Amino acid sequence: MARKKKKKKKINQYPERLVWLRVYNDRMLMTRCLTIGVLVLLFGVGLSAASGLHVGKGLAYSSILTAVEQAQPGDTVWIHEGLYSEGNIAINKPIALIGIGYPILDGLHNCEIITVNASDVLIQGLEIRNSGQLSTIDLAGIKVLSSDRVRIIGNKVLDCTFGIYLSNTNDCLVSKNSVSGIIKEEQNSGNGIHLWKCARAVVEENHLTGQRDGIYFEFVTDSEIRYNHSEYNLRYGLHFMFSHNDHYHHNRFHHNGAGVAVMYSRQVKMTENEFGYNWGSSAYGLLLKDISDSHIWKNIFEHNSAGVYMEGASRITLEQNQFRENGWALRVQASCDANIVRQNNFFGNTFDVSTNGSLVLNSFESNYWDRYEGYDLNHDGIGDVPFRPVSLYAVVVERMPFGLMLMRSFMVYLLDKAEKIIPSLTPEMLKDDKPFMKPIALL
Amino acid sequence: MFRIVKYVLYDILQNRMVIGYTLFLLAVSLGLFNLSGEATKGMVSLLNIILIVTPLVSIIFSTIHFYNATEFIELLAAQPIRRSILIWSEFLGLAGALSLAVMIGIGIPVALFAPNATGITLMLMAIALSVSFVAIALLASVLTRDKARGIGVALMLWFYFALLYDALVLFLMFSFADYPLEKVMLAFIALNPIDLARVVVLLQMDISALMGYTGALYREFLGTGWGITFATLVLTAWILIPILLAVRVFRKKDL
Repeated sequence: MARKKKKKKKINQYPERLVWLRVYNDRMLMTRCLTIGVLVLLFGVGLSAASGLHVGKGLAYSSILTAVEQAQPGDTVWIHEGLYSEGNIAINKPIALIGIGYPILDGLHNCEIITVNASDVLIQGLEIRNSGQLSTIDLAGIKVLSSDRVRIIGNKVLDCTFGIYLSNTNDCLVSKNSVSGIIKEEQNSGNGIHLWKCARAVVEENHLTGQRDGIYFEFVTDSEIRYNHSEYNLRYGLHFMFSHNDHYHHNRFHHNGAGVAVMYSRQVKMTENEFGYNWGSSAYGLLLKDISDSHIWKNIFEHNSAGVYMEGASRITLEQNQFRENGWALRVQASCDANIVRQNNFFGNTFDVSTNGSLVLNSFESNYWDRYEGYDLNHDGIGDVPFRPVSLYAVVVERMPFGLMLMRSFMVYLLDKAEKIIPSLTPEMLKDDKPFMKPIALL
Repeated sequence: MFRIVKYVLYDILQNRMVIGYTLFLLAVSLGLFNLSGEATKGMVSLLNIILIVTPLVSIIFSTIHFYNATEFIELLAAQPIRRSILIWSEFLGLAGALSLAVMIGIGIPVALFAPNATGITLMLMAIALSVSFVAIALLASVLTRDKARGIGVALMLWFYFALLYDALVLFLMFSFADYPLEKVMLAFIALNPIDLARVVVLLQMDISALMGYTGALYREFLGTGWGITFATLVLTAWILIPILLAVRVFRKKDL
């Protein structure tokens, strides 16, 4: 609307200020010409100054391998549009490898495509496809070995066993890449982005699909995973092992075989992610196994068989998350202790919380439960009677999974009611003393 | 035969109770959908109502109707009409009227608020349950001569299928918790039409929970084309077996 109005004004004013406009237009034209000229000049200078090595049809080099061999440290190798299948390209010096118009590097299913053995390498704008597959060596589209400050930006990796593979690196950046595999069997496929023994890595804005695990972290510390989108992977959207002090946020994990797993780690921050549509006999939105001192804040869990499954987890704070229409919102095994579940919203889950023992070492406080039927006499927004999120039937199903057949039977409903009045089988101490009457506003 | 069905049907449709039942279902369904705000939640409450109310009304109404129509049936039996045709017409009339009530009472709200696979399954199951309990009611009625006793038997049957059965299954589950009962449970479900209807609807509704764990087994079995066929066959059996037995008894019955 605003734009339209402006246009109208201009047309109206045009006859009156015709002269001024003409002068103005002339000026604009001159500035533009100048800018373009300067840009062209700069570009030319830039190309020659960086002593770029151009690879492509009718250019200085026709093979990437020779260009890389000829390049001096600090050089840029420009790869122009085309199809290159030159086997393995090993980079042993700090150079930049930049694609123009997504040149295709094809491994013809028999080798690893790019192997980086040097620090300060930049790989950008390439399309890498068809790596080989071996059971002894993890072949990848791009592999970085024992190097620091390597940047991998905006590449497309298609049908490789491992997509991007970082091993023993520091301060690397993996950004804006897309990795998509063709779904094979779990044992023959690799991970989208695989980090092993790295520190201070940043993985951001990547799109991962059709691999074994979307993102795989093992022995990775002080790193950040943000704004990634991981879906339709065979196993986990994100797989964390022995990785401490990491932070992942604003990621979306959807339709993965088993959701997201964080195992054997401590001090992991998980914030503002979306976990959804992980359905199956052992699928979880988020699986926490032997993890401690972590913070789970403002995530959304919806349509998972189990929203969060906790086993051997301690000192974890689950705060301000949304649990919507999961089979089980929270499954807390009795091996968990000192966890705090606070200010979360629970909507339409089949079971809110289930546990396998009567010992409760975790605290539930100030959550909103859509099943809460208590009252609030003093109108302070907090229910006056405690809410017990574990129903008798949830306990029965935990013990006898085939009891699921009686779900929503009237008999079960009656038993649940009776149990609410006089708890006998459900853990008596598992309760929320200050349940909210209305959903907590998050966002 | 169709003429008799027509008379029975007219007779029932003029009955105030059927109209009341239709309006009750309509009010409850509309109320539940409006109150709960979310269609899924409304559907869950509606499922509970259907599993309790539809069988109850079907079985009691059919029994009362059959006893009230004793004179009409005796009169017709005196005519050159085969007895099997007589009882089949009674069955079709009752089943038709009650199905119509369900179609209006539940079908309209479902079409308005949740016109999806779950909604359609819910309605089909409600119809199947109605028809099945009409058949069971007729069997109970032809077996007992006394009206009060017949109604008593009908009530007992409803009580058994709707409540006692699940309690018994639960009890068995607790007693034999150490044994692999997955397949046995499947058989138990098939032995009660109400349970079967419930599970079929649940498979459409609570997918995420049922998918987990053992649910996968049931989903594999009941959720696939095979399972649907199985459920349909068993429900058909729950309609055909009681009514065929009723026909058999009625043919030899001393009126």
